[in-house]
Amino acid sequence: MIDGVSFPRIIGMLVFTVALSALAAVFDDWPRYSRIPDGMAVLKFSFTHGSDRSSLCKRRSREELQKLPPNKRVPLDCPRERPPVVTELEVNGEQLFFKSLPPSGIAKDGPSRLYERFLVPAGDHTITARMRDTPREEGFDYESTRRVTLVPGQNLSIDFRHETGGFVMN
Amino acid sequence: MEAVISSLRSGLRRIFESAEGLLDKIFGPKLNPFGQLGAIGYFLYWIVAASGIYLFAVYDTGLENTYESIEWYTYDHWYHAGVMRSLHRYASDLMVVMMLVHLAREFALDRYRGVRWFSWFTGIPVIWMVYISGITGYWLIWDKLAQYVAVTSTELLDWLPIFGEPIARNYLSGGVLSSRFFTLLIFLHVAVPLILLFIMWVHIQRISRPKVNPPRLLAGVIVVGLVIVSLWQPALSQGPADLTQEPSPVGLDWFYLPLYPLADSNPGLVWLFLAVATLLIGLMPWLPPLKKPKPAAVDLAHCNGCGRCVDDCPYEALILAPRSDDLPYSHEVAVNASKCVSCGICMGACPSSTPFRRTAELATGIDIPDLPLTEVRGRVQEVAETLTGAPRVLVIACTHSAGARHDGAVLALPCVAMAPPPLIDYVLSRDLADGVVVAGCAERSCHNRLGVDWTKQRIAGERDPYLRKRVPRERLLTVWASPTEGRVFRRELADFVDRLKALPADDGSGTRMPPAPSSAGAAEEKAL
Repeated sequence: MIDGVSFPRIIGMLVFTVALSALAAVFDDWPRYSRIPDGMAVLKFSFTHGSDRSSLCKRRSREELQKLPPNKRVPLDCPRERPPVVTELEVNGEQLFFKSLPPSGIAKDGPSRLYERFLVPAGDHTITARMRDTPREEGFDYESTRRVTLVPGQNLSIDFRHETGGFVMN
Repeated sequence: MEAVISSLRSGLRRIFESAEGLLDKIFGPKLNPFGQLGAIGYFLYWIVAASGIYLFAVYDTGLENTYESIEWYTYDHWYHAGVMRSLHRYASDLMVVMMLVHLAREFALDRYRGVRWFSWFTGIPVIWMVYISGITGYWLIWDKLAQYVAVTSTELLDWLPIFGEPIARNYLSGGVLSSRFFTLLIFLHVAVPLILLFIMWVHIQRISRPKVNPPRLLAGVIVVGLVIVSLWQPALSQGPADLTQEPSPVGLDWFYLPLYPLADSNPGLVWLFLAVATLLIGLMPWLPPLKKPKPAAVDLAHCNGCGRCVDDCPYEALILAPRSDDLPYSHEVAVNASKCVSCGICMGACPSSTPFRRTAELATGIDIPDLPLTEVRGRVQEVAETLTGAPRVLVIACTHSAGARHDGAVLALPCVAMAPPPLIDYVLSRDLADGVVVAGCAERSCHNRLGVDWTKQRIAGERDPYLRKRVPRERLLTVWASPTEGRVFRRELADFVDRLKALPADDGSGTRMPPAPSSAGAAEEKAL
């Protein structure tokens, strides 16, 4: 007897507790879960990039400058708002993604941001990423094409690094 | 809506009572885990905390070394650190089980509405903090599951329009992460459980004598059970994280991560579910029908500030305050209406609550306006008048017990401890019945937490006010059975009736007194 409880009862309590803990251990990592179907790979297309607003600047005339206080007489009048970044992703010549990404921030002067995942079959692919970060209507300012062989379950990230001159695929 | 909630509650209650009955057979009523869910939750928290502190001593927060350090202690030091890791994991899982069962059970027992809103409402942040603690813990191992949890969690958070740069970009490729990130996670995994402990403390602030420790034997059994499973089925990692590969398939902890598969496909739906569930659970105490019984009322003329009711109140709704009248006592009782559930335990504890008092309007020191002592005495007399045949058995039952559903003569009270011990004496000594059955909730699940304990102790002469020794115990039966345990009640009642039949008509105790006068008669008696 322990605390007035008989040993058979204590054994029963222990068996129940072990069974409950074992259930916890079982459902701790079973059943297993597959995030992606067999034979598929993942493309992660993500970047943070602010578009170029310098082309939206206009030069102030002499009259306009005269109207400004002396300490604000800057020759170029540049808007605070950035134009959207337009981006496109192609796989094997087919457009997988196309979007115009608005600038972030209340004043719309922050960078445009993207984070997208795509499932593609494992195997050989030609991947092309494009971006337009100027206000022009057509065409792209950056383009990068790469042939890759993706194994099942592989993660291929497609990032954009302005300082290195374009898209980076890892 | 009302009907749906009500049928859901009664359905759940039936399930619980079946399960509780089963565990009564294994653990006995006093150690039944269903009666200790909150205390077991606290105990599991301490197991998780202690094992976590132990593991922190051997954990390396460096990005490259995190996984290796965990593998090292899981395999090379399996007999102490490995066991601690499994204890940490499985106790956390059981904590989720205890928490959710506790929530469902309080709902099933209808113990969340009215003034009980506080404990219910503060339980919501407890749930959130338990989940956040567990999820940040999985992150720290930096195995494939950690990678999955990290990526999915950040993608889920990124769905909310509150972050600037997508947090999930931290896991785009290996070069982005730094060891400092794990230092931040360790901080979170320590800070959130500390906040959790604080909220758990707040959670029990409006109840007296909260059970935060399970009985020693039950605690020992839990530890031994967890250690056995930790040795038999140790918690293991799932291979090092590799951001160039999808962690799929992955073994999910379904206690902590059941919504993660949905988060993969539809993070918005997960947030909608969490928001609606949180809102609905938060609003439940105020959904109709509202429970607003009148709180206990103190009659200073009959209160000497003895404090028995203050001691017995399960909800800390009573305090002793300095005397506000001219009577020569130092204290009086004050009622905090926002905490009072009108269970009547205070009335049962008051030494003035004696039906023998010969006053026209029976009064006591603390009374329940919806069912005052004078009405209790009147109902006893009414019920007794309906008794026919022999032996005559009167049942004083808690409305939440099997006894309240008995077809015979029943005086139903909000709690069995509302019946002052002199009431039993009154029934037997005035020959209103040949036997009295005191029928309360099942011992593991007293609706008013302490009503069963106090009633037992009063009858046993261990707690004021005592049941007088002169009351013939062979004419008194106590039954502790939930509404679905009607069979238990009927069986014990039948045995009691047989025993009463075997007793001599006059047991010679000399305690029987003349029948009680009617109200008008009582007034005349007093005048005389």
